[in-house]
Amino acid sequence: MSLEGLSVLSQLMLVLAAVALFTSFVLLEQARLVAAVHAFAWQGALVAMVTALVAASGHQVHLFFSAGLTLGLKALLIPWMLHRLVVRLELDRHRAPLTHPALVIMAAVGLVIFSYWLVLPMVQQEMLFTRNIVAVSLAVVLIGLLMMVVRQQAVAQVLGFMSMENGLFLAAVSATGGMPLVVELGVAFDVLVAMVLFGVFFFQIRESIDSLDVDRLNRLTERVEDEG
Amino acid sequence: MDYRVSLAAWGLALMQALLYAALAPLLMGWVRKVKALLQNRRGPSLWQPYRDLHKLFGKEARMAHTASVLFRAAPYIVFVATWLAASAVPLIMTGLPTAAIADIIVIAGLLALARFFLALAGMDVGTAFGGMGASREMLVSAMAEPAMLMAVFTLTMTAHSTNLASVVDYQLAGNVLRPSYIFALGSLMLVAIAETGRIPVDNPATHLELTMIHEAMILEYSVRHLALMEWAAQLKLLLYGALLAGVFVPWGIAQDFAAATLLTGLAAILIKLAVLGAALAVSETVLAKMRLFRVPAFLNLALLLGLLGLLSHVILEVGI
Repeated sequence: MSLEGLSVLSQLMLVLAAVALFTSFVLLEQARLVAAVHAFAWQGALVAMVTALVAASGHQVHLFFSAGLTLGLKALLIPWMLHRLVVRLELDRHRAPLTHPALVIMAAVGLVIFSYWLVLPMVQQEMLFTRNIVAVSLAVVLIGLLMMVVRQQAVAQVLGFMSMENGLFLAAVSATGGMPLVVELGVAFDVLVAMVLFGVFFFQIRESIDSLDVDRLNRLTERVEDEG
Repeated sequence: MDYRVSLAAWGLALMQALLYAALAPLLMGWVRKVKALLQNRRGPSLWQPYRDLHKLFGKEARMAHTASVLFRAAPYIVFVATWLAASAVPLIMTGLPTAAIADIIVIAGLLALARFFLALAGMDVGTAFGGMGASREMLVSAMAEPAMLMAVFTLTMTAHSTNLASVVDYQLAGNVLRPSYIFALGSLMLVAIAETGRIPVDNPATHLELTMIHEAMILEYSVRHLALMEWAAQLKLLLYGALLAGVFVPWGIAQDFAAATLLTGLAAILIKLAVLGAALAVSETVLAKMRLFRVPAFLNLALLLGLLGLLSHVILEVGI
């Protein structure tokens, strides 16, 4: 079965998955937090579109609902909350470029190749073309993890975590045609609660160490104790 | 891919090459006209580049006394190399023998030859601006060429041939959405902007020498040498436009030599180039020129897009 044998919906799904991989690269490289939040919003929108296409081609109605939920949550609500947080933390004009951008991008490309190599054995189970989308979504997860490793800013690390969740959702949608609706609802609201908690934590961290650079959490603080 | 190596085919190839040389100033005039209209001016007429070339060819040549043979010969070499590279890119029809002589790698090599002599000519007279322009041009092209080759390899791996006519024919034969082509299109558009010296990499209309890249190298040229250098730059822009239009939007190109299909091919390419020229004018109006030290980041994006195109070809398209 080659590319010409697939339906238009399936080809469109491949295109959207590839563009979602591109947005995870953009997210990794972005120096400005507001632009990174926008890239994350686009990634969520693309994942929602892939879900809608899977729903349309497989005629599963509940996937339309989860596509709408992903769009509302991952593309609209969480980016809006993050944007509001960034503005309140006064980080919207702040630039934090990567220290070794070429090395990081090469590592990300290496992760894409690695994740493709990982899913190659799945061909024996005669999966359809969605196996390749599983490779792409695993790459999105790993690049999100790389982002959490490379970035020192707390907000950027949260974005990496959220994009990992995007990748996992894309893998679930493409590999098994979505999860049971109860599981999806649970995961979605867990992510929302995590987002609210992150918001609280940002202010707490900033109050204690006066910056959001999580490397500074390693430094010892000396507290002057009162006599008597 | 059967190439008709008959006399008629060679005649049509020659006609296409002459058409390239004739259309190049018109494309430049069109881009300037749209830019002027966007800036609320009437702008120069569409035929002004032709009048400029005609004026330049008629004057008496003067040269700096420090100029060597290289300085005199470079405009001819640059023009001929660029024209040869352009004539190998399918403009109206695909089955031409010129497409069989030069594949994409040779086209890139011919453009590199032209760029090499352009840089040498810039340094030849010994002015500071020429040397500065030459080193900047080498910086930009050293980063742009791997990106271009990566995008080209993506196309090549899909069509199983480095020949541009085969790539166009392959694209015409199947009606498939390919993610690798979308990435290759993005990469080639960024590379085309860098190689032809348009905003945001280089401002072609600047009069400030410290911001010039391409203009600085031809600063010492006058009359017919300047005309040839400018015509070569216009040909390069047409080459990239024809490459983008022919490979990514090939519908309308003629695949046989009947008169009706040739006329359709001509009309199709004129429409596509008009759209591309207008898009270039809009992007030049909307974007600002980047500082030189940010151009490598721009070209790294082009390389990343090419690399992603290659990866998505291998991962998403081949292993199904």
